[in-house]
Amino acid sequence: MSHKVIVPIGPYHPLQEEPEFFQLYVEGEKVVDIDIIIGYNHRGIEKICESKHYDQIAFVVERICGICSSSHPYAYVLAVEDILGGEGAVVPERALYIRTIIDELQRIHSHLLWLGLAGHFIGYNTVWMWAWKYREPILDMFEMITGNRNNYAMFKVGGVRRDIKEEDLPLLNKTLDELLPALEMFRGAVMDDPVIQARLKGAGILTKEQAIEWCVIGPTARASGVNIDVRRDEPYGALLLGTIDWNVVLQKEGDVYAKTLVRIFEMQDSVNIIRQCLKKLPNGPIDADVKDIPPGEGIGRVEAPRGECIHYIKSDGTNRPVRHKIRAPSFMNVASNKVAAVGGTIADATITLAAVDPCYCCTERVAVINRSTDKKIMNGWDLIKLSQEKTNKIKEMLL
Amino acid sequence: MDFKLSALTKSIWVFHVSAGSCNNCDIEILDLLTPRHDVERFGIQLVGSVRHADALLITGAMNKKAVVRMKKIYEQAPKPCVVVAVGQCALSRHLFRYSYNVEEPLDKILPVDLYIPGCPPKPEAMIDGIVKLVNKLKSKK
Repeated sequence: MSHKVIVPIGPYHPLQEEPEFFQLYVEGEKVVDIDIIIGYNHRGIEKICESKHYDQIAFVVERICGICSSSHPYAYVLAVEDILGGEGAVVPERALYIRTIIDELQRIHSHLLWLGLAGHFIGYNTVWMWAWKYREPILDMFEMITGNRNNYAMFKVGGVRRDIKEEDLPLLNKTLDELLPALEMFRGAVMDDPVIQARLKGAGILTKEQAIEWCVIGPTARASGVNIDVRRDEPYGALLLGTIDWNVVLQKEGDVYAKTLVRIFEMQDSVNIIRQCLKKLPNGPIDADVKDIPPGEGIGRVEAPRGECIHYIKSDGTNRPVRHKIRAPSFMNVASNKVAAVGGTIADATITLAAVDPCYCCTERVAVINRSTDKKIMNGWDLIKLSQEKTNKIKEMLL
Repeated sequence: MDFKLSALTKSIWVFHVSAGSCNNCDIEILDLLTPRHDVERFGIQLVGSVRHADALLITGAMNKKAVVRMKKIYEQAPKPCVVVAVGQCALSRHLFRYSYNVEEPLDKILPVDLYIPGCPPKPEAMIDGIVKLVNKLKSKK
């Protein structure tokens, strides 16, 4: 008779992101089922938005997620501009470029953050420290352009709030130039290191069919070979103008290794987009000074670092929306753990759950509990240790 | 000075609880550990279990579901334990004071020793806060 044990992960964890609660059902080492319990972070933002006027909401939605704190306001202003006739019709050209610069900078900082944490989970703390070290200049760029390291407050209906100053451009370009070798090093470290390959290849596979069936989006879907990217399917910002060269990054395998590669290539792509934007930055106003929002409905879609982020606005002609609906990307991706983590081992569960970047990292608060006795077998550190030990074992085997 | 309290001021081990925040404060707390700020040189370290913690760093506006668990977490912490409210949400619930799901600010639920304002506070502000706290504890006889 098999002995089934539950591994609860979360809801409070010392690393980052929303408190989420995973329960892994394990038999020996093998994960046989997974439950996802959310609701620890519900703050009623949609309802708050209905009591705020259009200018204020941009600040409210910024605080949905601190890592995507430009994607949510961007999707929101796109939704409002959809009522006004579309982003291209309302927003001045310079503002479009600035919006794309902020959006892509945020993608780099988010992916670097994920890369660091993924490194930590598989026992490469050096990767964690390095990735976060190279993330700091990005935050400095944010501080230079927007005045804050996080929560940029850049987006408003009809434009952006702050301009990029001419005298900042050389330093911005220099920072980007210095970032490229670092990204190249990370690419080399992931693609050439036999230990990382042995650890990540084949872990948490999500096939293309499963990816479509579970409606995953963003890098998680692109790593499984599903060719979706809102930036291409429904362009926004400077990408709308068709003057920027860039590609959608695709991988086929669908394992954690592919997801890592997708994120690294996307960062390199983002650097290219930002450099082109800085070069082509036109002169002109940055704000269209929108006064009234007519009655109507609008939808805004933005490719956040984790996938497609959708905002829906219904206006009745007053200065407040009647309804504001938000669909964040992790909502779609988290459920795919149900197929990706099942069948793997507990040691792989940590990195598999983290690989969709649900801002997860709950593992530090994990505890393995025997269902019949409720006795604790393992705590969060043990789980990460398990994951790190597996890496060490592979290392010894290969050396 | 109380022996336990004097031991507390030497090297503070912190446990970080994200009680429904937007992660900004949380990533800034993690940022403290990484090369630019590197608080480990002062003996400040993040620990994985609340039972090892000297200080609780609490971020976020707590919703109804989180309040129950937050009290449990505090009960599990070894005393004396300092509670640090990081960020505007933990201080005053920020704009979530209008929410139907966020009822009380943190200091109505737990005894808060240190408030670090900001949305999110800069890592420098957090280091400054911890230094002030240590000095205050040292001056307590």
